[in-house]
Amino acid sequence: MSFNAFLFQALNGLSAASGLFFVAAGLSLIFGVTRIVNIAHGSLYMIGTYIAYSIATKVGGAVGFWGGIVLTALLVALIGAAIEILLLRRIYRAPELFQLLATFALVLVINDATLCIWGPEDLLGPRAPGLTGSIEVLGRRLPTYDIFLIFVGPFVLWMLHLALAKTRFGRLMRAATQDREMVGALGVNQAMLFTGVFALGALLAGLGGALQIAREPATLATDLIVIGDAFVVVVVGGMGSISGAYLAAVIIAEVKALCIGLGVVNFGGFTVNFSKLTLVAEFLVMAAVLIARPYGLLGREQVAVRSVAEPEEPLRSATAATKIAGLILLVVLVCLPLIAKNSPYTLVLGIDVLIAVLFATSLHFIMGPGGMHSFGHAAYFGLGAYGAALLVKWFAAPMGLALAAAPVLALVGALLFGWFAVRLSGVYLAMLTLAFAQIVWAAVFQWETLTGGSNGVLGVWPSVPFDSRGAFYFLTLALAALGVLLLRKFLFAPFGYAMRAGRDSPLRAEAIGLDVKRVHWLAFAIAGGICGIAGGLFAFAKGSISPETIGVSRSIDGLVMVLLGGIQTLTGPIVGASVYAVLQDFMMRSTEYWRALLGGIILLLVLAFPSGIVGGFVKLISRRKTTSKAAS
Amino acid sequence: MSAPMLSVENLGASYGAAQILYDLSLNVGRGEVVALMGRNGAGKTTTMKAIMGLMAQSTGKIRFDGHDISGRQPYEIARLGLGFTPEDRRIFSDLTVLENLDIGRQPPRKFSDGVPAPVWTEEKLLALFPNLGEMPNRPGGRMSGGEQQMLTVARTLMGNPLLILLDEPSEGVAPLIVELMANTILELKKAGVSILLSEQNVHFAELVSDRAYVLEKGQIQWNGTMTELAENIDIQRAYLTV
Repeated sequence: MSFNAFLFQALNGLSAASGLFFVAAGLSLIFGVTRIVNIAHGSLYMIGTYIAYSIATKVGGAVGFWGGIVLTALLVALIGAAIEILLLRRIYRAPELFQLLATFALVLVINDATLCIWGPEDLLGPRAPGLTGSIEVLGRRLPTYDIFLIFVGPFVLWMLHLALAKTRFGRLMRAATQDREMVGALGVNQAMLFTGVFALGALLAGLGGALQIAREPATLATDLIVIGDAFVVVVVGGMGSISGAYLAAVIIAEVKALCIGLGVVNFGGFTVNFSKLTLVAEFLVMAAVLIARPYGLLGREQVAVRSVAEPEEPLRSATAATKIAGLILLVVLVCLPLIAKNSPYTLVLGIDVLIAVLFATSLHFIMGPGGMHSFGHAAYFGLGAYGAALLVKWFAAPMGLALAAAPVLALVGALLFGWFAVRLSGVYLAMLTLAFAQIVWAAVFQWETLTGGSNGVLGVWPSVPFDSRGAFYFLTLALAALGVLLLRKFLFAPFGYAMRAGRDSPLRAEAIGLDVKRVHWLAFAIAGGICGIAGGLFAFAKGSISPETIGVSRSIDGLVMVLLGGIQTLTGPIVGASVYAVLQDFMMRSTEYWRALLGGIILLLVLAFPSGIVGGFVKLISRRKTTSKAAS
Repeated sequence: MSAPMLSVENLGASYGAAQILYDLSLNVGRGEVVALMGRNGAGKTTTMKAIMGLMAQSTGKIRFDGHDISGRQPYEIARLGLGFTPEDRRIFSDLTVLENLDIGRQPPRKFSDGVPAPVWTEEKLLALFPNLGEMPNRPGGRMSGGEQQMLTVARTLMGNPLLILLDEPSEGVAPLIVELMANTILELKKAGVSILLSEQNVHFAELVSDRAYVLEKGQIQWNGTMTELAENIDIQRAYLTV
């Protein structure tokens, strides 16, 4: 590639960076002040693209386009404020991750609402009036609109800086980012501040979306793609740092542009197709940055949030009642093939639910007692599933061997990734795990010769004697029950105490001689290994495995299951996984808008049970106990 | 005697399953400086946080200047004129001295009987704490402990409070600053501001306080005038000296 072409790609990268920056800046501001990881931020961006498209095409001309961009930004700001007032304000006292669950439900609802209003087709907006031309730069044509975008990014960065430094609202935002409780004790109504920040963040997302319509069509897939990119940018730049977000947006956009520009390169007989790297490039950058600078390029160590939620109650070993209930459940599950003789589908669903339970329980193991919020648990599911499937495909391995290899491969992956991940905490840990999961996903997707690429691996069927549905169901049940019980055993062994000690007070745990990082690393690996079993079972249950089944959405599904059940109880993930898997199955079969329905149900559950389904029941029972005690 | 500025009745508070305060009652009269004495862990800070609405779980009745503030949000309580100066100061380290002061700003206010409360401005406060006057644009994170202590008091005063919950102002600062804090408290008292002061040090409390409550294991063990406490060696030995 010539030097000029190189520079030209760099300019392209700069114009893409502006869009990334808008979303990331909003996400970062919102997180800084409210500590909410707003997964719906990509959805706000997406709404921006659709609204701007509608205004630009309905009104038309320069007024429709440029006026539409401004109006869109304002409308999306209003939507953001409404979300804060109607939903998030009610759950600020809930555990932080619950707010995340609520914003995820919003993603589902907004996506279906957009589908309902604008339909499934991609919508290409008009060219920008006044900026339709292009100018010659370095011997190539660069659209003037791209040049405009190159300058919009730094301009907004400058405006934000001014607002943060010179206005009272800006100062309050900076103060609240550091210690919002103290800001409240000084007489500032946090609710107003939070609404304002949400509106501002949404405005930026809407602006970013609106500005894109002249370059790319509005599509329904935008929300998750954009939120993924924005997370990476925010984490690379450093949470809460606006300048960091711009810097990171530029770096990532440049790296991507370079990968495209480089294309296929020959290194002395060894060919590397760089354009294939675009899918992972940003995650590689993120992993590298987080390993070298754990708080991002311009970020600072996160101040521990003074939690308004109640501290976690100690875990209690199962009471006699719980044990009996568990036993009854097990008996019912064993009898399920008999009960459901006439509906073979029940067994299929049963296998799905059991796999979900194992998946969610292993995630809960590190999230709850370990305090490590992994956003990339799909990685170990995928390693297990592909490990088993590839053994069958390439070596015609028997099922027993393949199923035994699944947890081993997942364990090795978790040992590798976990070593880096446990060095971080909070959102940074979450993002690094997400990055690792994306790397696994992209490797599977791109390495066609080994994995079959997007087609996946087919023909992974259970061998005799598990080739009947009933037998495979029993196998799944046995492995899931064993896995769950094993994880439980760990938690009530000294190892489990060490895990929780390390979560609750790392300093004190270190002071009594625990190697907290090591304990958490091993816990991470154990969870990964068990998750691998779930992956292996999944491959055999479906007879195939493809990249889309191990993507971000699986990681998010896991989070939702754990949070839905309640993170503070051990039965939580089991109930959460069962409810979620059954609900999802039921709704996917009953309506086109199952996402909105699922999202709506999650929202209702979040509002009704801010500590999860099981947590909610436990609280109800303990309240009844105390009142009956007081009465007697 | 008129109704007290602050009255706390049967206050209880817990962190999760651990109850910290039991059935605690106290009151602070208008213009009074009252010391809340006790060792580390006796419950002084928890008492202040519970009054300020910062404890998620608390029970009991708290009245301030004629308003029932039990169960209210911290910002609502602050807007009624109750100031809180935390023991760990909680300065916004990214913000400069002047910006920190700006966060505490509230409009001038009156007592419920219509008498105006003292009004504070940046100029007045920088004059009251000359050290701060020398560094108006320094970020809070780059100040010494004593300077931060002054700033946290000044920040609270920006809200023109009627009563201040002052949590251990003499802890961990140089003797010179301790003296300055004592003078400031007397200054505030003269201006008509009431103060509930948490303290471990009898000598410091004696310099500024009218009355005292002695706290141990989350309960009031003794109360009386400061002079009585200063003379009562038995109580001091039982609940205060280490």
